[in-house]
Amino acid sequence: MTGGTRGILKSIYAYRFYYLLGLPMIIYFLLFHYVPMYGVVLAFKDYSFRLGILRSPWVGLKHFRLLFESYKFYQLLANTLLISTYRLVFGFPVPIILAIMTNDLLNNRYKKFFQTISYLPHFISWVILSGIIIEILSPSRGIINAVISALGGEPIYFMTIPKYFRGIVTVATIWQSCGWGSIVYLAAISSIDVEQIEAAYVDGATRLQIIFAITLPSISSVIVVILLLTVGRILDAGFEQVFNLYNPMVYRTGDIIDTYVYRVGIIDMRYSFSTAVGLFKNAIGFTLLVLANLLVKRIDSDKSLW
Amino acid sequence: MRLNRKYRSWSDRLFDIFNFSLSLFLAIVFIYPFWQTLVTSVSLPAYANGLNYRLFPRGGATLAAYGEVLKNRTVFIAYGNTLYRAAFGTVITVIITYCGAYMLTKKRLPFRNTITFLIVFTMFFNGGLIPRYVLVSSLGLIGSRWALILPVATSAWNVIIARNFIAAIPTSMEESAIIDGAKPFQVVFQIIMPLSLPILAVLALWTAVNHWNAWFDALIYVRSTSKIVLQLYLRRILIDIDNQEVGFYDNVMLLTKSYTTPETVKAATIVVSTLPIICFYPFLQRYFVKGVMVGALKG
Repeated sequence: MTGGTRGILKSIYAYRFYYLLGLPMIIYFLLFHYVPMYGVVLAFKDYSFRLGILRSPWVGLKHFRLLFESYKFYQLLANTLLISTYRLVFGFPVPIILAIMTNDLLNNRYKKFFQTISYLPHFISWVILSGIIIEILSPSRGIINAVISALGGEPIYFMTIPKYFRGIVTVATIWQSCGWGSIVYLAAISSIDVEQIEAAYVDGATRLQIIFAITLPSISSVIVVILLLTVGRILDAGFEQVFNLYNPMVYRTGDIIDTYVYRVGIIDMRYSFSTAVGLFKNAIGFTLLVLANLLVKRIDSDKSLW
Repeated sequence: MRLNRKYRSWSDRLFDIFNFSLSLFLAIVFIYPFWQTLVTSVSLPAYANGLNYRLFPRGGATLAAYGEVLKNRTVFIAYGNTLYRAAFGTVITVIITYCGAYMLTKKRLPFRNTITFLIVFTMFFNGGLIPRYVLVSSLGLIGSRWALILPVATSAWNVIIARNFIAAIPTSMEESAIIDGAKPFQVVFQIIMPLSLPILAVLALWTAVNHWNAWFDALIYVRSTSKIVLQLYLRRILIDIDNQEVGFYDNVMLLTKSYTTPETVKAATIVVSTLPIICFYPFLQRYFVKGVMVGALKG
């Protein structure tokens, strides 16, 4: 881009076709996202339906203080971060691996069949899925404990033991989402040039070598962007999953910010309070995203978000 | 990629065997919840009180739960509305997202990074429910099905992922097309778009499924029965069923002619909502199971 206003205007004119192309998208974001953005101030007000957003009284940081000063806040934060991080570390690679695995299945029909099966858990409501999990882990009726007993051990009441809870939630979430999540990676893999792979085979590469040398690098820009966006949601540990699986005995390790807010449910200022909590989560998440993006930019600026 | 067979060494064979076995195990793990739901949906009340995990319905099967779900004419209206929003919504989203994403792939576009930043920003900061309602209302969309389509015309997530996908297409494709005299319009729609089919198929799938499953926006923006959407209708059924149960004891349940329980109806609603997606999916699947870019390197 040449310096000076004249230079910029010239550039814009040169790219006018592309601006036109992206215009509907820009209008959409301006209209449906930036126009209503003023609602963010509700985090700093006590919302009254009568008075409306603009005239509801300002309360400054009251909601945030309420959140931070709760004696459980650090525990909630820790649980939220831990569960999210487990999900990231263990859950993020799974859809990718699944996609590569599926792609390498030899029989076309089985491949399509397996793929369809893999996303089915995504459509089952969490209420049902959690019911299944609780059953499987049940000390009296569950399969896992049946195996443990058969091997001579004592049945374990998994769902009530704090130290297992985060792991259970993580595995459950991965189970539900890995199939659906693998679809986008499959799409990315399908656009890899087939001839490149053929050539590699001719040169004697093994299956694994191809995966690491061709497949993964080719889909890396898709991987990186999804990773970045996932990092941004780090404080969103998954309300539905935790809520349907937890019980008071595991609050110590399982209670996350969202479930606490739900339970506490301050009636009078509920809307403003949850707006404030939401704002807090998003602000942290966004900051992390910006930092992560800077990191990616340093490594390979093609892959960064901006 | 059927050519694999020609080049198998022992390690490749091992890989294939391992891959296949693992996939079989996983297939069972993945299909189990759905199978369980299917079984529950046709189970008799006596055996379907939630904590009942069997491979086949015990004591017989009944379609009573489906009868409950489909008995009302409204369900077909709901299907129609959902199809409407899914169809229009998907077309609009794919087009807007593709065009916007393409614009953002131009590295020298002025303010490209700023625009991208502002788009990602909206993923994290938004005004919330009330301002959105006010906006939709002032646009005169309340009561119209377009209130379910326009406010979700695209999303930062879609745009960014599509952008990265398109950006990964070798620039040689565009360059050789331009050398051959193609105009920008042709490049966008005749050269790059076919190469982007996998991600467009994914976008279509995501969008269609989101519209299919959506109910909250219908709840607040569109309140008339003539415009109800499928999920909203199904939720109403579940609430009705639950309300019927108030005051009933299990014995009474068995004694009455009612062959459904909240569990079986819930399961039936899931099957009813999910089956169309499972049927729709194969049509999109072919766009990303086969290789799309044959010979791309040779331009």
